[in-house]
Amino acid sequence: MRSKVMAILVLAVGGVTLSVPLFAHHGTAAFETEKKVTLKGTVTEWLWSNPHCLLQLDVKGDDGKVVHWVGETQNPVSMTNVGWSKAAIKSGDEVTVTILQVKNGMPLGRLVSVLLPNGKTLISGEGASREVRDELERQVREGTSK
Amino acid sequence: MTDCRRDSSGRKSALRTMRHLIIVVVPALVFSSVALGRTKQPQQAPVVKDRKSGAFKGQKAAPAAVPRHDLSGTWEPANGPSEGIQIDGVKAMPNDGKPEHQLPYTPYGLQAYKSHHALAGADENLPGFNNDPRDKCEPLGFPRMTFYNLRETQMLQNEYKIVMLYEYGTVWRVIWTDGRELPKLVDGGVLIGKEVKEPRYYGYSVGKWVNDTTLIVQTTGMMGEDRVWLDTAGRPISDQVHVEERIHRADHDHLEWTVTIDDPKMYTKPWVAMDKFRMKLEDPHRDVMEQYCSLTEMENYNKVFASPASVPTGQKSGR
Repeated sequence: MRSKVMAILVLAVGGVTLSVPLFAHHGTAAFETEKKVTLKGTVTEWLWSNPHCLLQLDVKGDDGKVVHWVGETQNPVSMTNVGWSKAAIKSGDEVTVTILQVKNGMPLGRLVSVLLPNGKTLISGEGASREVRDELERQVREGTSK
Repeated sequence: MTDCRRDSSGRKSALRTMRHLIIVVVPALVFSSVALGRTKQPQQAPVVKDRKSGAFKGQKAAPAAVPRHDLSGTWEPANGPSEGIQIDGVKAMPNDGKPEHQLPYTPYGLQAYKSHHALAGADENLPGFNNDPRDKCEPLGFPRMTFYNLRETQMLQNEYKIVMLYEYGTVWRVIWTDGRELPKLVDGGVLIGKEVKEPRYYGYSVGKWVNDTTLIVQTTGMMGEDRVWLDTAGRPISDQVHVEERIHRADHDHLEWTVTIDDPKMYTKPWVAMDKFRMKLEDPHRDVMEQYCSLTEMENYNKVFASPASVPTGQKSGR
């Protein structure tokens, strides 16, 4: 089972970008790119809200300048289905995130994954195929992804 | 005397026999009556692994019988939660630009479609430029409720009606199965008896069982095109719409849900929006989450994410 979880992680965070419109609120083509960025930063807010949850974090660049990033996920119901929760992320957490940045280049995007301070990685299913996401949901429902 | 003694000893023997009978038979009768009584009670479920099938781990359960005239239970899209979101429009006719998915618009219907700036579908807009009433947390109405975020749906029923509890918006619909007629569409609403009643977001629904496992639901009397959309891709619907649902319990654990739209104001002919969409029965103990639209949360989302994400490349967002 651990290998299955690893496979999902690799597919979700790695090179596969067979993205399909999974979002319950808006489509994908208008403002999403396939440009994945990986950032290390400090969480300033994890908002468990509709229509999308929002993770805000401060990221210090090599030049010492801090850039404020915002990553959106799906809504709380969809995120619960893939094993996320309101309590999973806290302000002050040092995290590493992978984000699909928006087209206009702003420090915004869709969260693909979050590596938490405890070493656990949350996977959103974005940027991955429908099958990968469904497998993730199945594992969460059956309690086998822990 | 001898006879008398014999009689006496025979009587003692008979009494002994009776005592034995009482000891053996009465408890047996008592237990059997308890057992008989129990047969009238619901069977106690054995300790099992699978709550739905009742099968022990490793045991292959016999398929459960399909209950007659019964849709009760908690249902979810059989192919996973993503299946019911229908972000690009109704499942059977998504707004994906393919010729086979073009809807038979009337001129007025096409005009109404073009006035909608949807966030999804072939003509999708940036988040900052949409006019979907959903984003103002307006009621979605029926049938859009079935075409948007169709997730875990609880169905409760008695001899008079079936109630559908949708997860999104914590919204319910009542489908009357008590034999009443479908209200007639008239100017300003529907005619019920001699009274004209107002249009409703979720309309007026009546259901009839056409066989043991198939319910046909007719719905009319919905809000007009100035208040509701058909789907998230911006397709229109009017107060003249008549919706027919065919809900078939294909087996114990699955429903097939077909929805046909007949709206002469918007479309030149009836068309199928959901075609045998499969729902599967969930564990009855499952607690369904709430999914809601909050204007406060929507405004915050627009401010923090949607608006800056919608700024054309090269312009400053003011963030």
